[in-house]
Amino acid sequence: MKWDWGAVSDFMPHFWDGLLVTLQALALGSVISFALGLVWALLMRLPTRWVRWPVGVVTEFVRNTPLLVQLFFLFYVLPEWGLTFSALTTGVVAIGLHYSTYTMQVYRAGIEAVPAGQWEAATALNLPRRRTWTAVILPQAIRRVIPALGNYVISMLKDTPMLMAITVLEMLGQARLYSQQHFQFTEPLTVIGVAFILVSYLASLLLRALERRLVR
Amino acid sequence: MTTGLWELVLKGVWTTVQLLIFSALLATAVSFVVGVARTHRLWIVRFLAGFYTEVFRGTSALVMIFWVFFVLPPAFGWQLVPMWAGTLALGLTYGAYGSEIVRGALNSVDPAQREGGVALSFTPWQRLRLILLPQAVPEMIPSFCNLLVELLKGTSLVSIMGMGDLAFSGNLVRLALQQSAEIYTYVLLIYFVIAFVLTRLMRGLEKRLKRGVGKDPGTESAARELKRAETTGVGTAGGGAA
Repeated sequence: MKWDWGAVSDFMPHFWDGLLVTLQALALGSVISFALGLVWALLMRLPTRWVRWPVGVVTEFVRNTPLLVQLFFLFYVLPEWGLTFSALTTGVVAIGLHYSTYTMQVYRAGIEAVPAGQWEAATALNLPRRRTWTAVILPQAIRRVIPALGNYVISMLKDTPMLMAITVLEMLGQARLYSQQHFQFTEPLTVIGVAFILVSYLASLLLRALERRLVR
Repeated sequence: MTTGLWELVLKGVWTTVQLLIFSALLATAVSFVVGVARTHRLWIVRFLAGFYTEVFRGTSALVMIFWVFFVLPPAFGWQLVPMWAGTLALGLTYGAYGSEIVRGALNSVDPAQREGGVALSFTPWQRLRLILLPQAVPEMIPSFCNLLVELLKGTSLVSIMGMGDLAFSGNLVRLALQQSAEIYTYVLLIYFVIAFVLTRLMRGLEKRLKRGVGKDPGTESAARELKRAETTGVGTAGGGAA
């Protein structure tokens, strides 16, 4: 096994570009999944089954099918329907949509974990429905679910390399491009492998600190 | 879609199922070995197992697959058949996730059970085999069920390396037909059906195992509640960072 530090330093500029794209995709994907997941969770609490049933089926379907195929679907089918987005946008939407079906369960568990007394107190104070949600239930529910949401951000980080399959040049895409141009596979792939471990380890440390602050 | 193309898709399904079975077996073996090692007496064994888990859980499955396909051959002179390379990468990665499940379930067995084993002067191996595992395994099944579905979704990654699985044959059909909506809908549906069958099988297994240790298998809805708590990590003590 031979290791070429020259290749590592040649690859580094590409690595930083890739890292930037990965983090962009991660940040935007998280925002979409947090927002959309909350929407799904709230829709699932509506009294009418005509909303709950379709939402349940669709989210179950999205959760149990591979993100990779969903990426292909959005990337190749949407242009056929006349909607053209950049590869990165498509990827971010796909990741956000896929993970929203996970965060939805997190929100649901968080909302159910709010004690019944809080609901009763809101009723007793004659708070309107909207204010019950925004001022009483959600602030408590979301505080509880932040660590679990953070775990999904870390999972999402580890799924961003799939965007390479739809031509986005994130970390793995850059590594593959570099390897194909220079016929050196070992160094770039190992560099990004270590980078993933480092980033997700740092993120989990950060999350643990956040968890300690929030859960008291 | 013509019959020829359907045959292609069926071949893809077969490859996906094979890869799923092999990597699930490897992942189960890895997760039990590493998970048990993480409860070992010696700190060095615990440390090594924990290190393994952090490394393989920290990196992405796709990066792992690239590594096994491109870095292992020149570095060590092994050229693996694609099926085994895929199995190795997926099994090691998902085994690391599984080891957390095993460790959690072993730790959640009532400490008095272990102490009972000590009092009866069981060897550590007997304690594990006769006392801890029979009680811990049924508790692991809902989490393993989720992990199995994740693994099924993970098998689609090998299509990027040109292995002819379901996602890959979907791409071939897209190229042949020059239109994508239909074939990708079918591919997604097939994956969903496989995942559904797996979930049902695992639920049956859980019921059987729980009956084996004299626990109430519970109603369907109770099982789902349990599963949800374990999936989301909300409301459970020590959810930890994944």
